[in-house]
Amino acid sequence: MRRFSWFNTVSLTLGFAFLYLPMVLLVFYSFNESRLVTVWAGFSTKWYGELLRDEAFLDAAWVTVKVAVFSSTLATILGTMAAYVLVRAGRFHGRTLFSGMIYAPLVMPEVITGLSLLLLFIGINLDRGVFTIVLAHTTFSMCYVSVVVSSRLTTFDRSLEEAALDLGCSPFEAFRLVTLPIIAPAVISGWLLAFTLSLDDLVIASFTTGPSATTLPIKIFSAVRLGVSPQINALSTIMIAIVTVGVITASILSKRAAVAQRRDEQAAIRAE
Amino acid sequence: MAQTAFAPWTDPDQKPIIEFRNVTKSFGDFTAIHDLSLNIYEREFFALLGPSGCGKTTMMRMLAGFETATSGHIFLSGKDIGHVPPNQRPVNMMFQSYALFPHLSIWDNIAFGLKRESKDKNFIGDRVEEMLRLTRLTKFAKRKPHQISGGQRQRVALARSLAKAPKLLLLDEPLGALDRKLREQTQFELMDIQEKTGTTFVIVTHDQEEAMTVASRIAVMDEGNLVQVATPAQIYEAPNSVYVADFIGDVNIIEGRATQPGEKTGIAWAEGQPPILATPTKSLQAGQAVHFAIRPEKVTIDVEKPDRPNTFRGKVIDIAYLGNISTYHVELAGGQMIKAQMVNARRLANRPITWEDEVWVGFTDTAGVVLEE
Repeated sequence: MRRFSWFNTVSLTLGFAFLYLPMVLLVFYSFNESRLVTVWAGFSTKWYGELLRDEAFLDAAWVTVKVAVFSSTLATILGTMAAYVLVRAGRFHGRTLFSGMIYAPLVMPEVITGLSLLLLFIGINLDRGVFTIVLAHTTFSMCYVSVVVSSRLTTFDRSLEEAALDLGCSPFEAFRLVTLPIIAPAVISGWLLAFTLSLDDLVIASFTTGPSATTLPIKIFSAVRLGVSPQINALSTIMIAIVTVGVITASILSKRAAVAQRRDEQAAIRAE
Repeated sequence: MAQTAFAPWTDPDQKPIIEFRNVTKSFGDFTAIHDLSLNIYEREFFALLGPSGCGKTTMMRMLAGFETATSGHIFLSGKDIGHVPPNQRPVNMMFQSYALFPHLSIWDNIAFGLKRESKDKNFIGDRVEEMLRLTRLTKFAKRKPHQISGGQRQRVALARSLAKAPKLLLLDEPLGALDRKLREQTQFELMDIQEKTGTTFVIVTHDQEEAMTVASRIAVMDEGNLVQVATPAQIYEAPNSVYVADFIGDVNIIEGRATQPGEKTGIAWAEGQPPILATPTKSLQAGQAVHFAIRPEKVTIDVEKPDRPNTFRGKVIDIAYLGNISTYHVELAGGQMIKAQMVNARRLANRPITWEDEVWVGFTDTAGVVLEE
């Protein structure tokens, strides 16, 4: 195995410490026996148990999951449609503007997105709650989905769709039976991305929620203002775990899809 | 057994299965197909041949329904199919990239089209098995496209496009991805399958040898126009233009002017040299500029002056030895180069002619073709 020089070792340690020390501390103290966050009093999982008995936290968790599932599903449908049209329509007048407008929310400050949505909901007199958070999350996560899906679609061999049409499929059947199964890994990783983004969003959710719906990030944020409790640590640890699993699954899926695609492409070129 | 030759295009009572009538196709400012009319008959193996960008693929895509003609009509069995979408045409296509569905097994790939129009499991199963047998793929039925070789994938693509028993099968450069040996073998398989199924095949290719081998008729295309439509033998022996003569096989083209036109004409091609004696198909005017095209294998090369209608003195510049044949590049008077091809009936050691030798080239007065400008 390659050995690192001392300089590299130090840089690596510092870098990773900077990134992960806070989270390691948080996870570590979530297993603390003591109520005091900074004093170690032995290993315990009691805060996790307590968390499960806390109605308010469970409610918030339920709201968060609902919002994440609905918004990521909606974002996946809309984002895939947008990607499909932008990749397939070819050059049309104003195409650059359209694709730019789809990707713009990626760099838009969350505060602005949140504020503008809030103004809209007030303007159309929509009661704020789960529904409005779902709409808001769909808005900002569909552009991520469309980025992921369109990058897959640009390398998609169009003759596959033509072959499906040629063999008697209607355009919709061709999409459902051929295109969708082949780009499915990209669509699923887009969904997972949207799901994790929705799960940990605080800013936009705080702008667009009402008194009836509190998501976990909002709940944690408001609880911490009264002091950090081990319960929060436990909750955060669970969220870290979920997000990590989501992100890793998404990246494995897209890597696998890339490998499969390379294999198919080589298969098409190689003639034995 | 006496058999009448297959030539429906010579019978005026035959109805064509496909008829292009004054079809023009433009993409923006670019005209891909220029006012083109063409008839293709049932059970034909018809080849569209030409360099890339000549419009042959556009013709095929219009037949499949992926492109619509800008003007003119396309008839299939007498019915205008101009605006029939691809999924409602009794036409199937074998794609250049094969376009096999990577997420489906070979069996499901072949069954794909059948499942769209029929719910009868037994019928689908029987038909797929039949196709697998026809293309010798039975053992690979359960595999995915990436688990079989290029030649096998080619056969899957063929089986899939034949499964629905289309009236017309389109093949887009079907053998382009195969190596030479496999390609030659597959050409004969294609012809065999075409005969067995009685389907009309239209093949697009840029490979003239492939077109010559498989096709009943060839349409040579250039920049959106049909240059010549004829049988392989006619295309080879009686090209109607310099373009066709040059595109198909090897040819010597000699420029000259007609002298004493008549049933036989002379062609003056160099100062102080006897004119070439040739047989024109049309009457020519004296002094008219013409091209004389002659295939290398019709030109003989001798040390002694042979007794032939046309004999010219020249010097061997180059010899290309190809094993079965040798091509001699001979420089005639005035620097005109001519290629002569000889079968190497004798062993190499006995070959009497070598580089720098003074030789006689000769050919008959019907060996070449006189082409007008």
